[in-house]
Amino acid sequence: MSAAAENGVQAGAAPMLEVRDLQVQVGGQKVLNGVSLSVRAGEVHAIMGPNGSGKSTLAYVLAGRPGYEIISGSASFEGRDLFALAPEARARAGLFLGFQYPVEIPGVNNAYLLKAALNAARRERGQSELDAFEFLALVRSKSHLMQIDESFLGRAVNEGFSGGEKKRNEILQMLVLEPKLALLDETDSGLDIDALKVVANGINSLRGPERSVVLVTHYQRLLDHVVPDFVHVLARGRIVRSGDRALALELERRGYDWLVEQAAA
Amino acid sequence: MSTADLDALVKRSYQHGFITDIDSDTVPPGLDEDVVRLISRKKREPQFLLDWRLKALNHWQGMREPHWGHLRYKPIDYAAISYYSAPKQPGGGPKSLAEVDPKLLATYDRLGVPLHERARLAGVAVDAVFDSVSVATTFKERLAAAGVIFCPFSEAVQRHPALLEQYLGTVVPYTDNFYATLNSAVFTDGSFVYVPPGVRCPMELSTYFRINAANTGQFERTLIIADAGSHVSYLEGCTAPMRDENQLHAAVVELIALDDAQIKYSTVQNWYPGDEQGRGGIYNFVTKRGECRGRNAHISWTQVETGSAITWKYPSCILRGENSIGEFYSVATTNHYQQADTGTKMVHIGANTRSTIISKGISAGHGQNAYRGLVKILPSATGARNFTQCDSLLMGKQCGAHTFPYLEVRNPSAIVEHEASTSRISEEQLFYCLQRGIGSEDAVNMIVSGFCRSVFKELPMEFAVEAQNLLAVSLEGAVG
Repeated sequence: MSAAAENGVQAGAAPMLEVRDLQVQVGGQKVLNGVSLSVRAGEVHAIMGPNGSGKSTLAYVLAGRPGYEIISGSASFEGRDLFALAPEARARAGLFLGFQYPVEIPGVNNAYLLKAALNAARRERGQSELDAFEFLALVRSKSHLMQIDESFLGRAVNEGFSGGEKKRNEILQMLVLEPKLALLDETDSGLDIDALKVVANGINSLRGPERSVVLVTHYQRLLDHVVPDFVHVLARGRIVRSGDRALALELERRGYDWLVEQAAA
Repeated sequence: MSTADLDALVKRSYQHGFITDIDSDTVPPGLDEDVVRLISRKKREPQFLLDWRLKALNHWQGMREPHWGHLRYKPIDYAAISYYSAPKQPGGGPKSLAEVDPKLLATYDRLGVPLHERARLAGVAVDAVFDSVSVATTFKERLAAAGVIFCPFSEAVQRHPALLEQYLGTVVPYTDNFYATLNSAVFTDGSFVYVPPGVRCPMELSTYFRINAANTGQFERTLIIADAGSHVSYLEGCTAPMRDENQLHAAVVELIALDDAQIKYSTVQNWYPGDEQGRGGIYNFVTKRGECRGRNAHISWTQVETGSAITWKYPSCILRGENSIGEFYSVATTNHYQQADTGTKMVHIGANTRSTIISKGISAGHGQNAYRGLVKILPSATGARNFTQCDSLLMGKQCGAHTFPYLEVRNPSAIVEHEASTSRISEEQLFYCLQRGIGSEDAVNMIVSGFCRSVFKELPMEFAVEAQNLLAVSLEGAVG
């Protein structure tokens, strides 16, 4: 197990995302029980854990979804207090959430939403907005990478998409928006092996020294394709073990129960 | 979205609520034969029209205000309304735009009515009706070259009395209903369109109506005739200034499409809706009906209703000609204390007639929104078809959506389909947009526009954007 992963202290760069002792409740029930996590630029972290361990809650809270009560703790993104920012401000600052269940928005054109999103981020960065042609050229190249048919772009957001199409669409959005930090919530669930590879390729294409990825996943199979620098196990609302890829493989062999029991003890 | 943001958005005021300070020529309140005669005299009308008005008045005096709408409001005192108001003009009406009172033009400017060069650029001919008297008509010459008559109703009375006598009241007779009958007695102006056989009208025709003087009702009357094989697209936009008292608006629109003719009638209605407490606002009791009188005729109504305290209107189609087509596309929004009871009637008389109804109701605040639609298939309408889709979107917890579909099928070969849904803007949809960096106001607009898409795409291009903007303004802050 890696000490660096445990406390995030390493010489040089300050962490991009720094979560400290985060406690969160939903509808009066405590879901996160003191989570700490440090993610530096360039790193890929995987957060694993059994169902109901609080993985998705962590992603949602960081992205600012309403309905979660922060009891204590803090989260900063590039030194800014994340919880002081509105969800859209977090997004424009470069935080992206890939949804586990992307919602359908009838009548709203997929490309239109994406263009509005991209231009909102560009305005924030002081860049000029892309016109329709520039946008189309960009989105075409990314669609190609994601093996998404162009007709996809003209359809309503997620409406009538299969599970796999929805997930690929999430990654397409991520590639177009080029976030600094991508939180991908169960992006691998519901994918067949070919689609999993396409999605993994997409994620890998975004990797770089400037960007970080947090993969929330139940199974380790995505990690065969997107190799994480760090693996954390979340159980009963706290990180009970951190390590490297070997931990994920061990979990695959042994399951989660032994760690959950240890945590309870 | 924070509570403070919400409050600020909700309180954003009606942008067209200014009052133009112009001397008006207004008759005292009340309605009797003298008032009708006065209006007719002011308009220098032929005898047949005066007689028609008097018959309407006589009929109206024996009628009762209908109360079957899903609407609540204090009784209207018809004796307290002034039935004629016109801006005072030295030496008769204006001959050109240059003679029009600059204050009036400034009013149109603030409303964004495209006159002067803007009109040419937009390709829109505007017949602007200001408190019952048309003050400016553009592009008459270009239309005249195509043989299209587009003029204020009062001008048509002088110049085309034969056409009027032939068609007026043939779709909406003076006995039709309480408000239409009242209109028949006291209407003061409106628009008149005649498109000759085989002519495709070279531009979109558009009228902006505006109620300005306090305590006046506005009673326009519009008559559009598309002769055989012709085609016309007409847009009506409406705005009124802010006042604490309610104002009555009872218009009548009649459309007549002969063989193979097509009329597309689009309305963007933004009458003053009243304030957040429901004070003031326009009472909009309107009768709109088109008749597909010839074979293969086609009438299409598209309406975007964002204004008025009360909306009571059912743009309808009488499908008399064989193979004729009637369409109704509607977006109606009610926010704050607005109430809308709106829908359509499709009356299938001819064989193989087809109709489509797409209705999108959006309710926010304490708004009440009712769809009321009749599909009537007569025994003669062999092979008739109707498709109705009726969707409601609720924003908030105190608003309401209601659907009253009526079906009368008296021909066994008819096929009638009805789909209906009610939904809310979900927190998930909103959060999804926010998480993509789209602000909450834009996100709501995007979701609502998506909901209305199948209607907006029926609007002429240049007005689709306006409609979308209006919708955005009228629903601002409706979701938290």
